[in-house]
Amino acid sequence: MSSGIYLAIVLCPLAAALLAGMAGRLIGRAGAHSVTIAAVGASFAMSLMVLREQLDPAAVPLNQEIYTWLVTDGVRMQVGFLVDRLTALMMTVVTFVSLMVHIYTIGYMHDDPGYQRFFSHISLFTFAMLMLVMSNNFMQLYFGWEAVGLVSYLLIGFWYKRPTAIFANLKAFLVNRVGDFGLLLGIATLLAYTGSLDYQEVFAQAASLQGQQMEIFPGSPWSVATIACLGLFVGAMAKSAQMPLHVWLPDSMEGPTPISALIHAATMVTAGVFLLARMSPLFELSQTALSVVLVVGATTALLTGFIGIVQNDIKRVVAYSTLSQLGYMTAALGASAYAAGIFHLMTHAFFKALLFLAAGSVIVAMHHEQDIRKMGGLRRYMPVTYWTSLMGSLALIGFPGFSGFFSKDALIEAVGLSELPFAGFAYYCLMAGVLVTAVYSFRMFFLVFHGKERMDEETRHHLHESPWVITVPLVLLAIPSVAIGWLAIEPLLFGSYFDGAIVVNEDHNVLAELGREFHGSGQFVLHGMLGWPVLLSMFGVGLAWYAYLRNPAFPENVRRRLASVHALLVNKYYLDDLNDKVIARGARGLGSLFWKIGDALLIDGAMVNGSARTLGWIAGYMRRGQTGYLYHYAFAMIVSLAALLAWIIFRGS
Amino acid sequence: MITLTHYMALSALLLAISVAGIFINRKNVILLLMCVELLLLAVNFNFIALSRFMGDATGQVFVFFILTVAAAESAIGLAILVVIFRTRRSINVQDLDVLRG
Repeated sequence: MSSGIYLAIVLCPLAAALLAGMAGRLIGRAGAHSVTIAAVGASFAMSLMVLREQLDPAAVPLNQEIYTWLVTDGVRMQVGFLVDRLTALMMTVVTFVSLMVHIYTIGYMHDDPGYQRFFSHISLFTFAMLMLVMSNNFMQLYFGWEAVGLVSYLLIGFWYKRPTAIFANLKAFLVNRVGDFGLLLGIATLLAYTGSLDYQEVFAQAASLQGQQMEIFPGSPWSVATIACLGLFVGAMAKSAQMPLHVWLPDSMEGPTPISALIHAATMVTAGVFLLARMSPLFELSQTALSVVLVVGATTALLTGFIGIVQNDIKRVVAYSTLSQLGYMTAALGASAYAAGIFHLMTHAFFKALLFLAAGSVIVAMHHEQDIRKMGGLRRYMPVTYWTSLMGSLALIGFPGFSGFFSKDALIEAVGLSELPFAGFAYYCLMAGVLVTAVYSFRMFFLVFHGKERMDEETRHHLHESPWVITVPLVLLAIPSVAIGWLAIEPLLFGSYFDGAIVVNEDHNVLAELGREFHGSGQFVLHGMLGWPVLLSMFGVGLAWYAYLRNPAFPENVRRRLASVHALLVNKYYLDDLNDKVIARGARGLGSLFWKIGDALLIDGAMVNGSARTLGWIAGYMRRGQTGYLYHYAFAMIVSLAALLAWIIFRGS
Repeated sequence: MITLTHYMALSALLLAISVAGIFINRKNVILLLMCVELLLLAVNFNFIALSRFMGDATGQVFVFFILTVAAAESAIGLAILVVIFRTRRSINVQDLDVLRG
């Protein structure tokens, strides 16, 4: 296949974004959505072609430079594409979800004055994300990384007249800045020790990195591979919202719902997961880094799931669910089950986008009411939304046969087989997380679609199913949410799909170990039915049913009994408060201290004004000597001359 | 017998008188000019005495030049003095402090 197609995949959305953004007024609303949908659709079609080509057993990965930006000191900064099976999979998922979201947006943003701007931004996002996943070097990766961050910033603050949206987008940007700094340090470490930004060249030297040591704190040498991996992981932590850098993601729900689905659930937040999978040759060298990844992922998966149970905003429930699922993916990566992480990324992209878009559909029907306590009984009014969200929820909790089941079950099993330090802790976290996932998902599901109708008369009167531009993407996303697991599990996890793209050390290849017991998807489902994850999730659904449909007084009782736990969860473990009060205020305090002492006192006071004042003070004394009388000057001259002569004469002796 | 030392002493004395005149005089610019002349005179004395002592005429030639320049200088000085008097209506040295910053 000619390399032109890869360029076209990337540039189509960019061109559409520019057109819709710059000439939005000219081409109008219909023009803006047609041009962007056509471009993203073309990208999707071409991505499918690339994927099909890569599926051929004889296919070789493409690794090609397109353009050299600059060469400095032997380091080449260039634009290039590395398209292997991992990339092809990501490209397809990104463009597919993006296409669905584009179509959905026509319905969701129907009355918004910023219609063209919105389409321009989501197309731009598609471009940035594609640049990120298709990159063959760290420079371009960083470009894509920052570009998706920028678009995320623009879109969270899309309704820029809301102060909460502006606060949320600033927060997202700042938290991501922390992560980007880590990423930059990781890249810089690799550049310093390998002298290259190209993936293949860095990986080729990876083994030598393990042997080298560097001392960040004097007296405790660390392997360079560990330092670099931890740096990269800090970047991934912010982008993929791992604790404690997850705080921006729930707030990002201030953005319009299609964006929550596209950026903050299905694609951008998985960039960190993708990065770690792409860097597998490096991470495999460092047990320490893998352990950190595993523990952070598992902790995030469990703790953020708990918060999901107490949220009442429909979008925030889904947001915390996203955090929890990202934790699952990260934990899988930590256990060296990269393929399982990517597999869960893919299934999650479908069902989470579906859940978000379904939530958006509910929000539109409820006239932008997002509180699930004011919903209920929507099943009668919105059948398509109801059935598709049921499928999404079942996939999310890992009901046997649905896509989430395959990925999550395999992932948990893989973590269970891992022999890294803390793997046992991670395993139990993930296992408990399954129960929590089931509770919050079906709590929301029951509260929204079943039970009493708690909305006011006015709203109830206007309830109706959303238009086709909204329901069609739901249905199209529901199909892979249900079916993709059956098809993809064997080649992705236990086949040779990721050979060459992902490197796993033989001594902790948990998936290969798991693969020995794998005998087809059907067997896997039957086997999984009796496993703990499924039992736990069924129990969770039962619990949600009992608590929110059967006996609505029950949650209230529990809440009263466990008031302190409830307070802890409602306040999100006080992490926001910690950030605001300690870190943000501390930084501001430090800044004002530096400003007052360093800037105002030392530089302005002592150095700038101080030197001027000293000169003025000296001059004040000097001017007293300046009488203006000739005879004083003359006398000074004569005395000086005499002194000079005396010095010359008596110097010698 | 008048020796070189006497001439030199006279010259030094003249110099001291003129410097004192420049410095002590607070009233009259004309006195100032006269003191300057006296200063040059002291120098001339030195030149002539040493020229005679060394048996070299160059010093005496130099004195002619100094006398010429001194004449020119006093002419210019007096002219300036007239201008000062015209503009400031005073030749009191104490009033002439425009150099003061």
